[in-house]
Amino acid sequence: MTAPVVTGLGVLSPNGSGVDDFWAATLAGHSGVAPLTRFDASGYPSGIGGEVKDFDAAELLPGRLLPQTDHMTRLALVTAEQCLADADLDPRELPDFAVGVVTAASAGGMEFGQRELEALWGRGGAYVSAYQAFAWFYPVNTGQISIRHGMRGASSAIVTEQAGGLDAVAKARRHIDHGTPHMVAGGVDSALCPWGWLCMSRSGRVSTSTDPNRAYLPFDVEASGYVPGEGGALLVLEDPRAADRRGAPKRYGSVLGYASTFDPRPGSGREPGLRRAVELALDQAELAPGDVDVVFADASGVPELDRQEALALAAVFGTRGVPVTAPKTMTGRLLAGGASLDLAAALLALRDQVVPPTVNITHPAHGELIDLVTDQPRELPLTHALVLARGLGGFNSAMVLCQGED
Amino acid sequence: MPNRHGGRRVVVTGIGVIAPGGIGTKQYWDLLCAGRTATRTISLFDASPFRSRVAAEADFDAVASGLSRRQIRTWDRTTQFAVVAAREALADSGVLGELDPYRTGVMVGTACGMTQSLDSEYAVVSDEGKKWLVDEAHASPYLYDYFAPSSMAAELAWLVEAQGPVGVVSTGCTSGIDVLGHAADLIAEGAADVLVSGASDAAISPITVACFDAIRATTPRNDDPGTASRPFDRTRNGFALGEGAAIFVLEEYGHARRRGAHVYAEIAGHATRANAFSMTGLRSDGRELAEAITTALDRARVRPGDIDYINAHGSSTKQNDLHETMAYKHSLGAHAYTTPISSIKSMIGHSLGAICSLEVAASVLAIEQSVIPPTANLHEPDPDCDLDYVPLTAREQRSDVVLSVASGFGGFQSAIVLTAPDRAAA
Repeated sequence: MTAPVVTGLGVLSPNGSGVDDFWAATLAGHSGVAPLTRFDASGYPSGIGGEVKDFDAAELLPGRLLPQTDHMTRLALVTAEQCLADADLDPRELPDFAVGVVTAASAGGMEFGQRELEALWGRGGAYVSAYQAFAWFYPVNTGQISIRHGMRGASSAIVTEQAGGLDAVAKARRHIDHGTPHMVAGGVDSALCPWGWLCMSRSGRVSTSTDPNRAYLPFDVEASGYVPGEGGALLVLEDPRAADRRGAPKRYGSVLGYASTFDPRPGSGREPGLRRAVELALDQAELAPGDVDVVFADASGVPELDRQEALALAAVFGTRGVPVTAPKTMTGRLLAGGASLDLAAALLALRDQVVPPTVNITHPAHGELIDLVTDQPRELPLTHALVLARGLGGFNSAMVLCQGED
Repeated sequence: MPNRHGGRRVVVTGIGVIAPGGIGTKQYWDLLCAGRTATRTISLFDASPFRSRVAAEADFDAVASGLSRRQIRTWDRTTQFAVVAAREALADSGVLGELDPYRTGVMVGTACGMTQSLDSEYAVVSDEGKKWLVDEAHASPYLYDYFAPSSMAAELAWLVEAQGPVGVVSTGCTSGIDVLGHAADLIAEGAADVLVSGASDAAISPITVACFDAIRATTPRNDDPGTASRPFDRTRNGFALGEGAAIFVLEEYGHARRRGAHVYAEIAGHATRANAFSMTGLRSDGRELAEAITTALDRARVRPGDIDYINAHGSSTKQNDLHETMAYKHSLGAHAYTTPISSIKSMIGHSLGAICSLEVAASVLAIEQSVIPPTANLHEPDPDCDLDYVPLTAREQRSDVVLSVASGFGGFQSAIVLTAPDRAAA
């Protein structure tokens, strides 16, 4: 499989909108996690989240798109515009079917869906929006991005809970291999409405802490679950020759390897699948563990899952064998968008030769197993990065990136 | 045995079906060959306030299907369908006991996920739409499984004990083809040897009926439910909602051969394109679907003249059936006029994401049984739909190469090519 090159990034994150603001905030350790403002969360067990700030959809998108889109899709459309501009790519200037899009979803457009369910049950079927048929569904972001930019190549949508942000990029890589040379891929997600919040609270993994700086503490002895957030990232991936042909101005890095595995049934006593995902991804990248310079961890925040991840990393890289970071402590976990945001952060780390910090960690729980980069960014030579993601149920994904072109 | 792309060949060795009018593959195939229709007045809930009150419902008995009380209580109907269909497919293939968990995966397609449970749970926690700040105290402990449809893939993975690649492909009404293509690619690339894959949807619920009412996509032919779905007929006026699941065991060809498995067919090629036009509308010329068909044929090393049967999308909406007819003419040229084409949605309705997997099951069985199922209810052909749609009566005919297509909301246009097993050996 040809290693696709990443030629553009778009980012909407709770701690910064746009690549530059996000990256500056991340290196500075600025968190976007705070008490929710979108709705009154006082009646729920948790009220802390990562909201994308100062997002004015009416200013950023054509008016006709507003009545037919969930908040999640509006975020995705703005992110897509950013990454295409960054890559200097206009799909309409390229041949028919040359550009496609793959997005990851977790639950579709929950806020839109809640409004329509309210109309249905409160007032009757005749009050349900003509847009409900597609505004909530899982591939809506793919469809809307495709339509807005005239992308007619192979396109898809993947649902693997919070692992989808890597799986969508892997799917795009395959579409490139099968002849769609330019792809937009990743995840941008949100379910910060009462209905989505209630559903997420039933995952049993959301922290009930009321302190925004103590609610999401992966790899800390005080870890108590995670904080849901919204946003994510979209990447422009291209066949390297096609990127050269059209004169793409930037090369953030390349996707060298990827693998996904699934955990054995809970209670089986067998080893979880994360270590195997890492090893398979490294095999595909034709790299040895020692070639990896930094790991962007899944960093669940659930103590047992943190322990499993630390054990897997120690098994592959040796104890404290590689710097590990989780800048998502500054954003919360962005559902299907989080792993894509980690890909963006990893590519920026490779560009600037600096590992962003894992903030708020005061008492590392697995210091004997992993070298967690806390408090301050760490400057060091970086050539290869590994990004990990897990989804509830047992999904594991691993992706290996390298600086520049392979 | 590498194919032209250097990958490995992928074959179907097991089939499991939950469909309206037929639980299990045999009953399903009997219904299709008889040209019987399973559309009826909706009985799953009181649909009397709605414009379209017709659907093709599965007579699914969860207890008789072997599900436990706990599974019935906690799983959405979509997951129940998928698990029961997967059990049939696994038994049919005889592959259980010969699986390496690390080399086994699960990919499942769905358009609507656990919509039925979300719909009914929402009514509870919002006190029937009265409370925007939904009530924490009355929420089901299983709500997150309904929120994230990836829970269905996890259940299937546990059933199969798969620890390879697992996930959900969700591309609306093309999901059932796209997921099989995704699964076949994983095997072809070497990421797994066996994939349990297919699609499931059970979305006959008030919110689904309401949202299709709102755009008049579903048929209002409530007075004659048995003939409500009329693909390619001049009098067609919308699709009939359906439900169901089809799950397959897909294997690398050598893996299947070594264990002496019965091979139904090869997944020889697939492709998808986007129309970048409208979330619900179709460009009349069908060019994107034509491009998907041409690419799928090319990947399968099949020429238009080699196609023996086309299992159509044929949704029975005005725009789709014309769009699809144009796509066949663009992609197949003169062969479009001589190739039998049929839409089984005339009998089992449109089960959204699941239907294309059900259609692939029909395509595979057409190869296996040398019978082409008909398009029921096609009495007055639309003059603009001027191809051979196999009206009313099944046709006995050998098929070695079958094309199945789909078109859906979001602009997705997909095609898949199934070929006879002896072609796989050739």
